[in-house]
Amino acid sequence: MNEFVLIIRRDMVSKDAVPSPEQMQAAIKPFQDWIGGIAAQNKLVSPPKRWDADGRVVKQDNLVTNGPYAEIKESVGGLFLIRAKDYDEAVEIAKGCPILKWGATVEVRMAIPTE
Amino acid sequence: MEDQLLHNLFRTEYRKIVSVLCYLFGIKHIEIAEDIVSDTFLAATETWSLKGIPENPTAWLYTVAKNKTKNYLKRDAFFDQKLSPEVKYASEKSEELVVDLSAKNISDSQLAMIFAVCNPNISAESQIALALNLLCGFGIQEIADAFLTNKEVIYKRINRAKEKLKAENIKIEQPTIAEINERLEPVLTTLYLLFSEGYYSTSQNTILRKDLCAEAMRLTFLLIENKTTNRPSVNALLSLMSFHSSRFDARTNENGETILYEDQDETRWNQDLIFQGAHFLNQASTGNSVTKYHLEAGIAYWHTQKEDTLEKWDNILQLYNSLLILEYSPIAALNRTFALAKVHGKQQAIQEAEKLQLTDNHFYHSLLGHLHTGLDNKKALAHFQNALKLAISEADKTTIAKSIDRFKV
Repeated sequence: MNEFVLIIRRDMVSKDAVPSPEQMQAAIKPFQDWIGGIAAQNKLVSPPKRWDADGRVVKQDNLVTNGPYAEIKESVGGLFLIRAKDYDEAVEIAKGCPILKWGATVEVRMAIPTE
Repeated sequence: MEDQLLHNLFRTEYRKIVSVLCYLFGIKHIEIAEDIVSDTFLAATETWSLKGIPENPTAWLYTVAKNKTKNYLKRDAFFDQKLSPEVKYASEKSEELVVDLSAKNISDSQLAMIFAVCNPNISAESQIALALNLLCGFGIQEIADAFLTNKEVIYKRINRAKEKLKAENIKIEQPTIAEINERLEPVLTTLYLLFSEGYYSTSQNTILRKDLCAEAMRLTFLLIENKTTNRPSVNALLSLMSFHSSRFDARTNENGETILYEDQDETRWNQDLIFQGAHFLNQASTGNSVTKYHLEAGIAYWHTQKEDTLEKWDNILQLYNSLLILEYSPIAALNRTFALAKVHGKQQAIQEAEKLQLTDNHFYHSLLGHLHTGLDNKKALAHFQNALKLAISEADKTTIAKSIDRFKV
């Protein structure tokens, strides 16, 4: 078994962002079902947390800007750790993310095992 | 009459006096405490059969226990030398040693004993045996009956536990706030195990099993009565126990066979216990931490609503999601999938169930058998047959065999 981080990105800055706040509200239960299903397989390593959308971005020369990273449209909406055999299995799990249909993306990254 | 009275007094008073004496003497002298109290009950048996039952039997026991303790301290040189220095910080001279059997000190002593006995360094089965013996006043034979084993096994478990407590020099004292924070969780785990032992035991002795549940609830309530341990998680645990207990009478038939939840006659559910469960769940709803006991109490609450509504199963599903996110367990994973079938249908639940891969668990096959029933009866039957092969207890086998019989009609 390997550890993977699933990073969900979605548009949090545009005025007409998709998923919209209403869509996000409607996704709460499906999202919990998705995470619950991963946990039921004993494959959840560290559960998702709710992240504040305010955010700060720190750059060179102590430059601090407000808001989640705004130079690309997609900000990190959530991230959590799972256990899976390989990328194939991790990707299958990631496909269950209920806000993919509204244009969110899930980045899947495997942790390199320490020898 | 007299025997019954003595039996009842033994059950309620033995543990109190032992706790008070252990609290006074320390864990090293636990056997001396037990001997003094056993002697007291022996004296009661002899004296009461000759002179009749005294007006206030409990007060009689307390007086005799106090006197026996004093005599012991005077008489036993070994005890005097070894024990007195430890006891002396509490009282100036050992002759003035006070055996305080006030309600307050009994309660303090029992709390201290709970924290000493429910010690994660002792194996769970030994903890439970010792808890039943010292905290609940169960005889060795009764404990052996509850665990479907013999007295020797229980003796060994209890002695191992005592030796461990002595070796680690566990102090019997009022837990500090810091100790409560650190130790309350293992204490609750033991109380929960004690309850489950009674609730799910395969022993046919229903009265004994009920006693076990009642004792677990009594000890949990003792924690609630004490201000420092009256935490939300403790209230949630008692709520959970109350909700479960409400179905105790409805879940077995006159032959001691299990009646599944869906087939239970809800008029036999104990409304007082349901009410009590709701009360403690309410009490538990303060602070900002949600423990597994909160979630399990929530699930148990929804099970007290017999009507099969979408709202009910949706709530149960969400609670199981949260429970699994907090802490994985195979049984929670299977129960979650059952709830999922009620909310999203059997087809989706089968897919989720197969991902669990709990192929050596008979509940897994029973669940899949249940989910396939009506969709693919051949598969359903195969799963029930697998379940039957894997089940160990007679009660489980009977239940599964009944499911198989339904296909033969």
